[in-house]
Amino acid sequence: MANVISDETIEYVGILAKLELSDEDKENAKKDMASMLDYIDKLGELDTEGVEPMSHIFPVQNVMREDVVTNGDGSEDTLKNAPESNGEAFIVPKTVD
Amino acid sequence: MSLLDLTATQLAKAIKKGDVTAVDAMQAVIEQIEKKEKELNCYVTFDKEAALKKAGEVQAGIEDGTISGPLAGVPVAIKDNMCTDGVLTTCSSRILGNFVPAFSAEAVIRLEEAGAVIIGKTNMDEFAMGSTTETSAYGVTRNPWNTDHVPGGSSGGSAAAVAAGECFFALGSDTGGSIRQPASYCGVVGMKPTYGTVSRYGLIAYGSSLDQIGPLCKDVTDCATIMETIASHDVKDSTSMLRTDTDFTSALVNDVTGMRIGIPRTYFGEGLDPQVKKAVLDAVNVLKSKGAIVEEFDLDLVDYAIPTYYTIAAAEASSNLERFDGVKYGYRAKEYDGLHDMYKRTRSEGFGPEVKRRIMLGSFVLSSGYYDAYYLKALRVKALIKKAFDNAFAKYDIIIGPVAPTTAPKLGSSLADPIKMYLGDIYTISLNLAGLPGMSIPCGVDSDGLPIGMQIIGDCFKEHNIIRAAYTYELARGGFKTPYDKEVQ
Amino acid sequence: MAKNYETVIGLEVHVELATKTKIFCGCSTAFGGAPNTHTCPVCTGMPGSLPVLNKQVVEYAAAVGLATNCTITQNCKFDRKNYFYPDNPQNYQISQLYLPICRNGHVDIELEDGTVKPVRIHEIHMEEDAGKLVHDDWEDVSYVDFNRSGVPLIEIVSEPDMRSAKEVIAYLEKLRLIIQYLGASDCKLQEGSMRADVNLSVREAGSTEFGTRTETKNLNSFSAIQRAIEAETARQIDLLESGQPVIQETRRWDDNKEYSYAMRSKEDAQDYRYFPDPDLVPVNISDEWLDEIKSRQPEFKTEKMKRYKEEFGIPDYDINIITDSKKMADIFEEAVAICNKPKKVSNWLMVETMRLLKEHNMDVSDITFSAKNLAALVNLTEAGTINSSVAKEVFEKVFSEDIDPEKYVNEHGLGQVNDESALRQTIEEIVAANPQSVEDYRNGKEKAIGFLVGQTMKAMKGKANPGLVNTMLKEILSK
Repeated sequence: MANVISDETIEYVGILAKLELSDEDKENAKKDMASMLDYIDKLGELDTEGVEPMSHIFPVQNVMREDVVTNGDGSEDTLKNAPESNGEAFIVPKTVD
Repeated sequence: MSLLDLTATQLAKAIKKGDVTAVDAMQAVIEQIEKKEKELNCYVTFDKEAALKKAGEVQAGIEDGTISGPLAGVPVAIKDNMCTDGVLTTCSSRILGNFVPAFSAEAVIRLEEAGAVIIGKTNMDEFAMGSTTETSAYGVTRNPWNTDHVPGGSSGGSAAAVAAGECFFALGSDTGGSIRQPASYCGVVGMKPTYGTVSRYGLIAYGSSLDQIGPLCKDVTDCATIMETIASHDVKDSTSMLRTDTDFTSALVNDVTGMRIGIPRTYFGEGLDPQVKKAVLDAVNVLKSKGAIVEEFDLDLVDYAIPTYYTIAAAEASSNLERFDGVKYGYRAKEYDGLHDMYKRTRSEGFGPEVKRRIMLGSFVLSSGYYDAYYLKALRVKALIKKAFDNAFAKYDIIIGPVAPTTAPKLGSSLADPIKMYLGDIYTISLNLAGLPGMSIPCGVDSDGLPIGMQIIGDCFKEHNIIRAAYTYELARGGFKTPYDKEVQ
Repeated sequence: MAKNYETVIGLEVHVELATKTKIFCGCSTAFGGAPNTHTCPVCTGMPGSLPVLNKQVVEYAAAVGLATNCTITQNCKFDRKNYFYPDNPQNYQISQLYLPICRNGHVDIELEDGTVKPVRIHEIHMEEDAGKLVHDDWEDVSYVDFNRSGVPLIEIVSEPDMRSAKEVIAYLEKLRLIIQYLGASDCKLQEGSMRADVNLSVREAGSTEFGTRTETKNLNSFSAIQRAIEAETARQIDLLESGQPVIQETRRWDDNKEYSYAMRSKEDAQDYRYFPDPDLVPVNISDEWLDEIKSRQPEFKTEKMKRYKEEFGIPDYDINIITDSKKMADIFEEAVAICNKPKKVSNWLMVETMRLLKEHNMDVSDITFSAKNLAALVNLTEAGTINSSVAKEVFEKVFSEDIDPEKYVNEHGLGQVNDESALRQTIEEIVAANPQSVEDYRNGKEKAIGFLVGQTMKAMKGKANPGLVNTMLKEILSK
């Protein structure tokens, strides 16, 4: 395997993705990611010099709306699925600034 | 004869004529579900009473003339990654195990307005990540042709439900082959439209630049009819295309005279099961005998589509799935110590291994220092792949190949080696990268009695060519017996 | 020996745009309202929802860019900035990194010694605001309200061109003036519609290299900005003097305690994984569209000042104050257009308006009276219909309730009495009742007449024409 994923990398990606992995999961993740990256490295064979990265398939531009209020009070639907709320706001563990 | 013998369009005609009612049709589907569901597990959510009630309402609408159209009264199954107002929508994930949306996906609304009646929500690979429907948090779906085999995925529940007569048609979504591959494995027709043809509003995103909703159904006529109903220019989806050519049923023409068909050599090389190869090439010969001009050619960059796809899809997915955090909806871990621990536990307990694998990969390829080397590189290769197809479509009206290298694998044989599983997407994935439409249509069975699909690929916005070729082939091929049909015999 | 240090400051200024709706959905941006009432699936990150760009946001952002001498990026795109926080419903913020709408601008600030210094603008980008978190100290929880989530912002990023708190404040005032003139935002620091984050480093005077910088957030007033800059400068110098390094970090200013603290967390990787948002298509600002935006640009302060001097002949001091806000300048111009008396209008604005604003602790932006009614008041006084003391009384009504002065004067009988026969009777009564004053006057005490005029005015309930009273008194007393 050309790519070796370190414990630190897996730890770091876990922080970015907000995933907590067991030791066993970590080992698997290291292996999986290394083999995926080996595979993705195949793209390095292609010369893409001067090729514009393509985010959108079609050259569509300027999809915009007018500045007109169309929505009313959405609080009921917004809070309907809340795991925890006080009826008007979501409740989360205290955030520290 | 049973009502379930009818296609969706045939059923709608019968209802319109007054020969049967929408309630009769729903009743027939419910009986079949009750008979088969224990074994197959096509549905995550199925509410019999609600479905019957809705069928009754639609029937009344048909009778008083307020509901008409080619799908009025027809029971439909919806993949569980499309929002349905007031109905549980889980993405087959634990993290959305209790999520009830307050709005419906635009495609669902289009169907309801046309009078189709929703039966329930079909099982899928968790967040559409997988090719077997084995990554669902709500159990595997089995292939109605042989229950030791997978139905394919990620729209496996939708494909199996159509094949088993548990619905008249279904909606699926296709990010890398998730409609076409299960359609192939289950012997039904499945189509991924050109990107932007069906609104993504209300489709819970996996890879936003690749996702498209499309039909899984019994034949090409149903396919064109459903496509015509769900295609729309939706101002709520900025990537929705304004098209004036969505009269797809006008392409139901039995004639391929002069149609230029390209056969990519690379699609028929190493790794392709010989039985699949033979069935597809035989089907191509049918079209040739009908007057099509068939030519082999070299399609460039086929081997690069999978690594490009997994980089882009994983990157987009890692961002799209950040919103599942235990704050606003869905699952929240029971025990945690502070905010960040709540995030981590919620997501670690809420997502399954395949989803985590892709989120990790996606977060990595976007992370500082790797973005250019992986993500931007993939976007550049995507541009080259699009170019390769542009070149091909300068010469051909359609391209034909297999849908998948094999027929449906056995349950439990795929997940162990992710790379091998990803390789199974080789023929379908590049269409999503290039935005192209493609259809899977049954073209035979292998020696184990499992169905084989042929993939017809068109240029962007050229679904008409695909439908015309598929329709012509279907008429020449004759009826294709689904497990339901065989069961009845 | 202590070294000489120079402070180097760059600013990231967030401005909430004055659109009616949010940047990506049709929810209202109005302030107030119970928590989560101005929300929909889009601005709360519901699964399956998709953003659609508000055109007005692009127009405001481009207008600010033009006014700050930026190059407009005619093909700009939106990117996702990924980070987890509960006020950020998708856990990514839609912003612009790779192709921001405006780049390479500058604004000129005037220093105390009168010299002009350009502060360069690196870029201006469009993005969405976050929701609001309210902390509950008893329960150890926070409440999340998404009413502000998705309100459009522009972030104006300067180059590190400022060297003192004074320059920073001059820059902010200049930005605020420009943006208020455009009507793109009310730019109120206290209410958070304008927010400035301070990037600051220190270096030895004369050095050409930058020191390590910190970013200070949570600055809600010009005075807080000044205090934070002074405190952070001192903190960094102390570190360097004691041989410790400055750590690149984000700090939060506590204006009550007058100190800042690091917002570090091991859960904060500060790796935002920006990538183009696949849900939004690029924005192309064509030459035609750009011309249209340009043609709508208002006349800014500098040009206005020049024009006022030529057109209206009012003092420079007045011009400066009137043009310090577009609102004041608009009222001035509109009132002058009606009554054609620039000096009088200017006086009302400079004296009575300023006095009442101060008295009510109000800002110019809080003014509610119309130019039409101010002009009517000027006309009434000029025509002699009311005298100046009545005019002041009427103006207070105009200021507080925007009443129609003519109607008000008629209804309350405040018209100046110019009728000599009516006056004569009152004056004769006053003369008869104050023999001492009459005596004094006749004995050469000219001042005594003032008392008699005052008494007459009082008797006439202030409505008499004081000049006429004076003349008539003299005439009567000389008999």
